[in-house]
Amino acid sequence: MIQAILVFNNHGKPRLVRFYQRFVKEIQQQIVRETFHLVLKRDDNICNFLEGGSLIGGSDYKLIYRHYATLYFVFCVDSSESELGILDLIQVFVETLDKCFENVCELDLIFHMDKVHYILQEVVMGGMVLETNMNEIVAQIEAQNRLEKSEGGLSAAPARAVSAVKNINLPEIPRNINIGDLNIKVPNLSQFV
Amino acid sequence: MALKMVKGSIDRMFDKNLQDLVRGIRNHKEDEAKYISQCIDEIKQELKQDNIAVKANAVCKLTYLQMLGYDISWAAFNIIEVMSASKFTFKRIGYLAASQSFHEGTDVIMLTTNQIRKDLSSPSQYDTGVALTGLSCFVTPDLARDLANDIMTLMSHTKPYIRKKAVLIMYKVFLKYPESLRPAFPRLKEKLEDPDPGVQSAAVNVICELARRNPKNYLSLAPLFFKLMTSSTNNWVLIKIIKLFGALTPLEPRLGKKLIEPLTNLIHSTSAMSLLYECVNTVIAVLISLSSGMPNHSASIQLCVQKLRILIEDSDQNLKYLGLLAMSKILKTHPKSVQSHKDLILQCLDDKDESIRLRALDLLYGMVSKKNLMEIVKKLMTHVDKAEGTTYRDELLTKIIDICSQSNYQYITNFEWYISILVELTRLEGTRHGHLIAAQMLDVAIRVKAIRKFAVSQMSALLDSAHLLASSTQRNGICEVLYAAAWICGEFSEHLQEPHHTLEAMLRPRVTTLPGHIQAVYVQNVVKLYASILQQKEQAGEAEGAQAVTQLMVDRLPQFVQSADLEVQERASCILQLVKHIQKLQAKDVPVAEEVSALFAGELNPVAPKAQKKVPVPEGLDLDAWINEPLSDSESEDERPRAVFHEEEQRRPKHRPSEADEEELARRREARKQEQANNPFYIKSSPSPQKRYQDTPGVEHIPVVQIDLSVPLKVPGLPMSDQYVKLEEERRHRQKLEKDKRRKKRKEKEKKGKRRHSSLPTESDEDIAPAQQVDIVTEEMPENALPSDEDDKDPNDPYRALDIDLDKPLADSEKLPIQKHRNTETSKSPEKDVPMVEKKSKKPKKKEKKHKEKERDKEKKKEKEKKAEDLDFWLSTTPPPAPAPAPAPVPSTKSPKPKKKKHRKEKEERTKGKKKSKKQPPGSEEAAGEPVQNGAPEEEQLPPESSYSLLAENSYVKMTCDIRGSLQEDSQVTVAIVLENRSSSILKGMELSVLDSLNARMARPQGSSVHDGVPVPFQLPPGVSNEAQYVFTIQSIVMAQKLKGTLSFIAKNDEGATHEKLDFRLHFSCSSYLITTPCYSDAFAKLLESGDLSMSSIKVDGIRMSFQNLLAKICFHHHFSVVERVDSCASMYSRSIQGHHVCLLVKKGENSVSVDGKCSDSTLLSNLLEEMKATLAKC
Repeated sequence: MIQAILVFNNHGKPRLVRFYQRFVKEIQQQIVRETFHLVLKRDDNICNFLEGGSLIGGSDYKLIYRHYATLYFVFCVDSSESELGILDLIQVFVETLDKCFENVCELDLIFHMDKVHYILQEVVMGGMVLETNMNEIVAQIEAQNRLEKSEGGLSAAPARAVSAVKNINLPEIPRNINIGDLNIKVPNLSQFV
Repeated sequence: MALKMVKGSIDRMFDKNLQDLVRGIRNHKEDEAKYISQCIDEIKQELKQDNIAVKANAVCKLTYLQMLGYDISWAAFNIIEVMSASKFTFKRIGYLAASQSFHEGTDVIMLTTNQIRKDLSSPSQYDTGVALTGLSCFVTPDLARDLANDIMTLMSHTKPYIRKKAVLIMYKVFLKYPESLRPAFPRLKEKLEDPDPGVQSAAVNVICELARRNPKNYLSLAPLFFKLMTSSTNNWVLIKIIKLFGALTPLEPRLGKKLIEPLTNLIHSTSAMSLLYECVNTVIAVLISLSSGMPNHSASIQLCVQKLRILIEDSDQNLKYLGLLAMSKILKTHPKSVQSHKDLILQCLDDKDESIRLRALDLLYGMVSKKNLMEIVKKLMTHVDKAEGTTYRDELLTKIIDICSQSNYQYITNFEWYISILVELTRLEGTRHGHLIAAQMLDVAIRVKAIRKFAVSQMSALLDSAHLLASSTQRNGICEVLYAAAWICGEFSEHLQEPHHTLEAMLRPRVTTLPGHIQAVYVQNVVKLYASILQQKEQAGEAEGAQAVTQLMVDRLPQFVQSADLEVQERASCILQLVKHIQKLQAKDVPVAEEVSALFAGELNPVAPKAQKKVPVPEGLDLDAWINEPLSDSESEDERPRAVFHEEEQRRPKHRPSEADEEELARRREARKQEQANNPFYIKSSPSPQKRYQDTPGVEHIPVVQIDLSVPLKVPGLPMSDQYVKLEEERRHRQKLEKDKRRKKRKEKEKKGKRRHSSLPTESDEDIAPAQQVDIVTEEMPENALPSDEDDKDPNDPYRALDIDLDKPLADSEKLPIQKHRNTETSKSPEKDVPMVEKKSKKPKKKEKKHKEKERDKEKKKEKEKKAEDLDFWLSTTPPPAPAPAPAPVPSTKSPKPKKKKHRKEKEERTKGKKKSKKQPPGSEEAAGEPVQNGAPEEEQLPPESSYSLLAENSYVKMTCDIRGSLQEDSQVTVAIVLENRSSSILKGMELSVLDSLNARMARPQGSSVHDGVPVPFQLPPGVSNEAQYVFTIQSIVMAQKLKGTLSFIAKNDEGATHEKLDFRLHFSCSSYLITTPCYSDAFAKLLESGDLSMSSIKVDGIRMSFQNLLAKICFHHHFSVVERVDSCASMYSRSIQGHHVCLLVKKGENSVSVDGKCSDSTLLSNLLEEMKATLAKC
């Protein structure tokens, strides 16, 4: 079983936190911090398995991690998982991210935490490995994205429009617009779509 | 409306989405918290809106904030709202948020059951998928129970995507709702051979997880897994299976033998390191399980060790680590083969990687022998000095202690050396393991009698240097050692060289800065010391010396009396009074030493840690019974959840008198002294010069300069362990020389005798004799202690509940709960076509079911036996020499599928039941089904009544029968005839011939004429009864009728066979055409209003039976059900096999009952009422 999957950057900022066992949120944050400190002080050329420390109570559990550029991917697993298998799984996960985001970088994870979760959900479910075949994972994610797009319609359109507006760097958009303004703005919006 | 929609979406565009939130947080680095709280306020506003898109967006942002550590539990309800959105986009957001934030304590979680059920059965596979994924994270026992059946259905979904998710989530369901394991297991097993590799992998995954916790229940799956192992190419699956075999082999050594061959082949052939490693691991497990039975597997061990050496020597640190890990497993059973790689392992101790060093340390544990212990520990001690980081150093420390103390100090030849190692370890700065060292000191001193003298001298030196230990800046665990030191010096004070010196050391004022529990030990042991000094002095006749010691005690003890720690204070004041008394006696020249030392006479024996637990409970003692009634509101101890991530903080002693307390205490002490001095009435104890000295600022007020010494201090008088190593070497050398001499002599003798006896001059452990004659006292256990070793099991282990025998056939009661409609009194009528279950008509079926169950049981039993045989057979065959083993016989998948859709299956079953019914054994004759009262409150129960009535009887046979309307076919009734053999003959060749009437015809086998008898499908041995069922077709049911019939049979006994006959009359009453059908009050009212029913009524007097029982009787005998009951008035309903509605209004007066009936057929009604009258008249 996989106990937890943590992704954080070189400064310990969490990018993805997924626990498969319940911890109160304070403990969760503490675990992320401690894991970060444990992993940080390890060179890149030493082994990717970690045990002991005050973090992990049982000898049954191990931290298995990989370090990619600015990100650490840490899996906390028990002895039923193969260590090398999990290392491979991390690789599969990262490669999948790379395919889905097209040259994934930390920024993708920062701004699309939800999407990263959806991808992870196709790899690991409830602490158990669901799929290890990358093509299958990517296919399912793309199918779901298509489904989302097809549903998009009304609700997604303005959002996209707005992010387009925002990307032009408009200084500040007034939040309280009266109805009169609204009526004028609606037709204009469709041009952005 | 449209405007509102537009407005909603426009509003939405100006809400922040997740990206905006992230961007905003990044732009507000300085006041992040403030910004986020502002965002949370906005989110709260958004959640109040009606637009689901806005809500979903808000929940999405909350999920992000949750990751940053913000509490989002307040939004649980909103999350559920978003989960129930119809669009996948939103639903997915909702489920993600739920999976991140919901847990068993979330109270709104129970609201999700129906939503999840709906999503699970959604036509879109992604809706189902997202619900399954979400559920896997927050499933609770309630959810598991309610949804188990739905999930199980999904295991056979057409889409593999859903199947694999459903299979995986079953594991979580099992954990939360263990009862589901047995019903679901057959299907889970089927999935092992699913055509889709993903589903297969999921099933393997789940079974491996299950089997890991309770392997013995899964042994029967071994052949199946073996087949998978030899056929699968998916490394992930292979690894899981191989790991599973590793867990199974300890239980079945024969399995191991079978496995070795294919595993070694895999080891040779595979290129995947992960697979190779797991293979090696499992081979090791096999070898361990075989090690007792089969000695000759050296080739396999060699292969493993050799492969592992390659791993360890690899430049990849991961492989090195795993190699060491696996090596430590071999070590347990084949230490010899590992010991030859000692060089490699010692080399790893110097690795820059801490994980690898730790693993190497583990290996050392098993590699020590009497010969190399000192050497290895010496190496470790140098590592201790070098180690940076307390964690690793602490690890080293515990390892040293582990290594030395393993199996009752088996490898220690020189305990002086060990004690000095322990003393050296006390110089470690900042270790957390002071208590460990202390425990070792105590243990050794108590159990190794020969070492006590030496130990005491070392401990007194430690006590003397106590200031060193206690004054180190971070006063931490290490002062625990003083606890042991003080106790040892006190308890074995007779060995002390300079007891007086030690006594003074223990009474130093600095001692009061130690933690309370240590001070308490000091106080107690000071007295022991004192007692032994007194004895010495008195024996030597030094009365003055004795008095001086007493005076010292009287002077110094008050500092403990003032301690803030209760224990210390109490002990000290007790002892102070005692010593004062002794002082008085001494003044009178009374010898006291004998009596004082009598306080501590006798030896304390070590007690095994588990001893208390093992004391058997005396008979008749109930430990769980309350002695007194418990207090109503007892405070429950807060139970800490045993988490994986947990700090070991509780271990640190908490007794640390804070600095402030001490000052406060000193201040008060001063004030009190002042007051006492000024108080003329205060009687002071006899003043002494020392006392006055005490009154002046005490030693504790002298400022102590703390010296930070980075070099480990060499305590004078403490021998270094190193010198023991040298001494030991010399000693051994001497021993060896002597031995060699002896051996030479012997050899010469042997040579002379010309005997060829090759005694290899190996230097085994046994050759080294310990330096001291060590007498290790074993720990005491209570008499007749229970030998069980159950104490390791954690009663709270969640996996324990899953220890369920899976080979046992499923019982009828083992079904997953199905959601049922609840019958409330004024419930609305359900859809027309839903066939309602009624107990009455179910009864015969129940019997059938039971019967079938029995048969199935038998089948299963056979199958199981067969399976067990299969397993035995499969295991017994010697491993085939060819790499491809013969395909293993796969246990059939005949196992019964648990019934899930009871209602729907009913029909099939009934028809099946009919065909099978001829083999029916008689069920118990008592009516199994209590009368059904639809919504009627249950008051008292009628005595069980039989619906079977006597048909005919003679000296051979008794016939009873029951006639019931058939639900399936219109105008048919089933007649169940029970035949009981009352004679001592066997009855066979039974035939039933019934004369058909115009109205009623017996259903006969095809091709037989009306006049032929119908054979009874069984024989009856003496005393046995059995039931046969026959179907009759009725044309008109408005009248009761009788059919004549004859049972002919051959009665055979020892004297011969006779042909016998028994005539009977089948009485088809009108009631027997009725089928108990529940009816809802609204439908009932409509029926009465419709006006096309004819009416009739009867009245019966002289009835004393309670109304409740009366209704029950009508229900039972006439197949009615209660629609509504108000006081002593009830409406009842039934339906005939031809669809006539019969409505009754039953009213009870004082001593009478009146029944008004309405029915679509007046003849039927009047006949029914007549029958009812007869029944009621009997009441």
